[in-house]
Amino acid sequence: MSPELGHFALALAVAFAFAQAILPLWGAWRRDARLMQAAPAIAIGQLVALGTAYAALVWAAVTDDFSVLNVAENSHTLKPLIYKISGSWGNHEGSILLWCLILAMCGGAVAVFGRALPASLRARVIGVLGLSACGFELFALLESNPFARLWPAPVDGRDMNPLLQDPGLAFHPPLLYVGYVGFAIPFAFAIAALLEGRVDAAWGRWVRPWTLAAWCCLTGGIALGSWWSYYELGWGGFWFWDPVENASLLPWLTGTALLHSAIVVEKREALKVWTILLAIGTFSLSLSGTFLVRSGILNSVHSFASDPSRGVFILGLLALVIGGSLLLFALRASLLSSSGLFAPVSREGALVLNNILLCSIAAVVMTGTIYPLFADLLFGAKISVGPPFFNATVLPLAVPVFIAMSLGPALSWKRADLGAAVLRLWWVAVAAVAAGLFALIGMQALPALAFGAAVWIILGAIGEVVERIRLFRVPVAASAARFAGLPRGSFGTTLAHAGMGVTIAGIAGMSLAQESITLTKPGEGVPLAGYVFTLVDLHDAPGPNYASRVADLRVTRDGAPVALLSPSRRTFPVQKMTTTEAAIHTTGFSDLYAVLGDERDGAAVLRLHYNPLAPWIWFGALIMAAGGGISLADRRLRVGAPMRARASAAAKA
Amino acid sequence: MRRRLLLLAPLGAAALAGAGFLAMLRRMRTGRFDPRGVPTMLLGKPVPIFALPGFALPGFASAGFASVDLAGADLAGGRPILLNFFASWCAPCVAENPRLMALHEAGIPLWGIAYKDRPDATAAFLGRHGNPFTRIGRDDAGLTAIDFGVTGVPETFLIDASGVVRWHLSGPLTQEAADEAASMLRQYA
Amino acid sequence: MTRRAVVAALALLLALATPAWAIGDPAERLPDPALEARAAELGGQLRCLVCQNESIEDSGADLARDLRHIVRAHIAAGETDSQIIAWMTARYGDFVRLRPPFNPTTALLWASPFVALLIGGGAAYASRRRAVAPPPPLDAAEQSRLRELLNP
Repeated sequence: MSPELGHFALALAVAFAFAQAILPLWGAWRRDARLMQAAPAIAIGQLVALGTAYAALVWAAVTDDFSVLNVAENSHTLKPLIYKISGSWGNHEGSILLWCLILAMCGGAVAVFGRALPASLRARVIGVLGLSACGFELFALLESNPFARLWPAPVDGRDMNPLLQDPGLAFHPPLLYVGYVGFAIPFAFAIAALLEGRVDAAWGRWVRPWTLAAWCCLTGGIALGSWWSYYELGWGGFWFWDPVENASLLPWLTGTALLHSAIVVEKREALKVWTILLAIGTFSLSLSGTFLVRSGILNSVHSFASDPSRGVFILGLLALVIGGSLLLFALRASLLSSSGLFAPVSREGALVLNNILLCSIAAVVMTGTIYPLFADLLFGAKISVGPPFFNATVLPLAVPVFIAMSLGPALSWKRADLGAAVLRLWWVAVAAVAAGLFALIGMQALPALAFGAAVWIILGAIGEVVERIRLFRVPVAASAARFAGLPRGSFGTTLAHAGMGVTIAGIAGMSLAQESITLTKPGEGVPLAGYVFTLVDLHDAPGPNYASRVADLRVTRDGAPVALLSPSRRTFPVQKMTTTEAAIHTTGFSDLYAVLGDERDGAAVLRLHYNPLAPWIWFGALIMAAGGGISLADRRLRVGAPMRARASAAAKA
Repeated sequence: MRRRLLLLAPLGAAALAGAGFLAMLRRMRTGRFDPRGVPTMLLGKPVPIFALPGFALPGFASAGFASVDLAGADLAGGRPILLNFFASWCAPCVAENPRLMALHEAGIPLWGIAYKDRPDATAAFLGRHGNPFTRIGRDDAGLTAIDFGVTGVPETFLIDASGVVRWHLSGPLTQEAADEAASMLRQYA
Repeated sequence: MTRRAVVAALALLLALATPAWAIGDPAERLPDPALEARAAELGGQLRCLVCQNESIEDSGADLARDLRHIVRAHIAAGETDSQIIAWMTARYGDFVRLRPPFNPTTALLWASPFVALLIGGGAAYASRRRAVAPPPPLDAAEQSRLRELLNP
């Protein structure tokens, strides 16, 4: 498999993308059934072409073909196989190709799973996906070709940044990208709806599973990235409000809002225009997140790496996709009329509140991220916006979201009785306040508030199930029957909300972390949070493409052994870089975390952390993603399921 | 009509942001926009008070080298001078050296402050690339550099006859910057 | 092309690499835990000027270490937080503050939560008002059509 084959397949994919953009959209416009029916086949063809291109890139990396520039610059013969594979997306050119591949997968998924969609809607959705694919595949082909050759080929590659040679980071980008690009499907549905001039409950039902799938992957991707920075960067931080992190948080926030507003469209045929705008906005933020970071604008906050010519191409592309869809929105959105009326205090009202708050948080995070650039451009003022700003502004907006998370599901559609809902949740409220007050004894106000919120959300989510199965109000057997009959979608909601609560508890716990930095000789012990960390030995150990220096630590509690920790420092000769590998022992309720620093006079600098509830941060995210996955399995949400059920009912009759 | 305007609002906001980013990209290309640059707070202000040990090298006495200690008060010496923070370990300092030498040969008074450098390394550096400075102070701890708001070497300040900072450059001296510095110097002479 | 890629790789390296070196040094810390906690809190609000969005507490850069040292020296000398921040901004401007001060150029930034909530609430209120407005009464033609439909 030669790189030229990959290059050719990429060019072929561009041709397929143009066909996928033009034919189905033209067919839907002219009501030409044959053209519309061609859409799925073209989408599959594009997917096969891009799959071939990507396989060629991976092949070049795996076989150490250093005549390919991209491989020569990011790989090395000694690099372990898994990182040779993950290295294919660990650089600009490869990640753009992966991005395109995932976009093609979205088209393929709609082609395969969207058979129950009305023909014109499916054709338009696939067409819009093809239209966006054109732009990004052209970008890959013209501005960042991953198959560029290098002659003469070097004997060996430059190796990959050691920090990226890590299992967590190997799978972080694909998951994150599936999340980012997955929002292309709701986006395509939104554009298709604008073209058709119609949004109804069925549209809401079709959009939700795709949104949910993308959201699950994005949640997982963000969590994996945060986990990576926790164990790899070596000082126990997990979120830094860095522009690149914010770029992934923004579509997550608006995507979460979209997930909830699509429910209102499905159940109540309201919030249509808003949902369309959210679908466009979420994908636009995904695009801006992945591409603005590479244009040299946002990235230049980090470094000097900037390529204005690439930046202009990217900006033009974004202007076409985002500007074009927002223009279509401005022209056509007034055709969509909402019919469902509701009182401010109602399930819909709570979901509107959720949307306003989530989008406000997104707006604040976006403002904070780009404000320094615009302040410099417009006022010539040099300012920095960092974690203290985001913590101070985002937390007050998040607290009402937390409150609404438990209260909202307790409200009924159309018109609800707030007092009754609060009364139903009284035991949750009591438990939350008690937890908050109890926590206040030993700690500051903010973590105590967060603990209260976590208890409120977790118990509120459980309370929702308790309420639905009428536990203790009807016989237990009846409750069990109700439990078995609950739709999976409501379990999904419960799990996702509870997962958020678990994450909040983890973050609150992390704010109580204790640390100790000491200069320790072998044989000496360091006490921390009731544990004693004894440095047993310092020794060298070889690795595949690095050499490491390892400290062996014995952790005991009241004399009883707890764990052996072996933090290390790795020196990578090719990249001339040293990384620290933290050693973590987790009990499920806390992490013992050790980092090895410099050595002098036979003693080593040790940085030891005790991080209570730290694993809950990512455990909660996992629960959230699992909740989304369970909702996906709900047959009510399965694409076209109602239609198939109706068809089979008709066949029986 | 109001609804139409409301529906146009997202497009308007996106267009404004896009125009802003385009302006940034264009200015970045011409170097007029650098989101990473740290501004100097000293423009129009007197130089901070400092006193640094001088740097002496026997071999350089002939090059007009004086091993006099360098103090803030010396800078208000009745004539404008260029003050350059440099270090032997700094690659851009090597790059800008020829332009500093040219300024020196044109008779422009250049003083240097060696930032976190070992004297022997400084001597080797100046011996290899040429010494453009008439006086050099040694900022071994890097604290005077912090008082000047220096974030990294090289940085160059133009100080007028009364000891007030008039011009500043962070990063290596390009030919344009050198010309600008020379013309500013004449202006304040 | 090659050079561009190298610069990008280098940038990525720099962007990711610095934190790994911030192991810290016990000798840097103040002996009094309360003062040390104050110093860490304050240092967390000051930007490492030569790195990315990192505070001087988190950074392994040389300058960040010097500034950490200065913060601790000033705290040990009994200065208040605002005095130390003033010392820093006198040298590096507001750029050094990760929590930007409220002033005319940052007013919009600090107002952003309120502006966002106002816009969101306003839009919700406006669309609700439109939604609950009763439909206009039927005109003569519609009335006759309705009669037609009801009495075929």
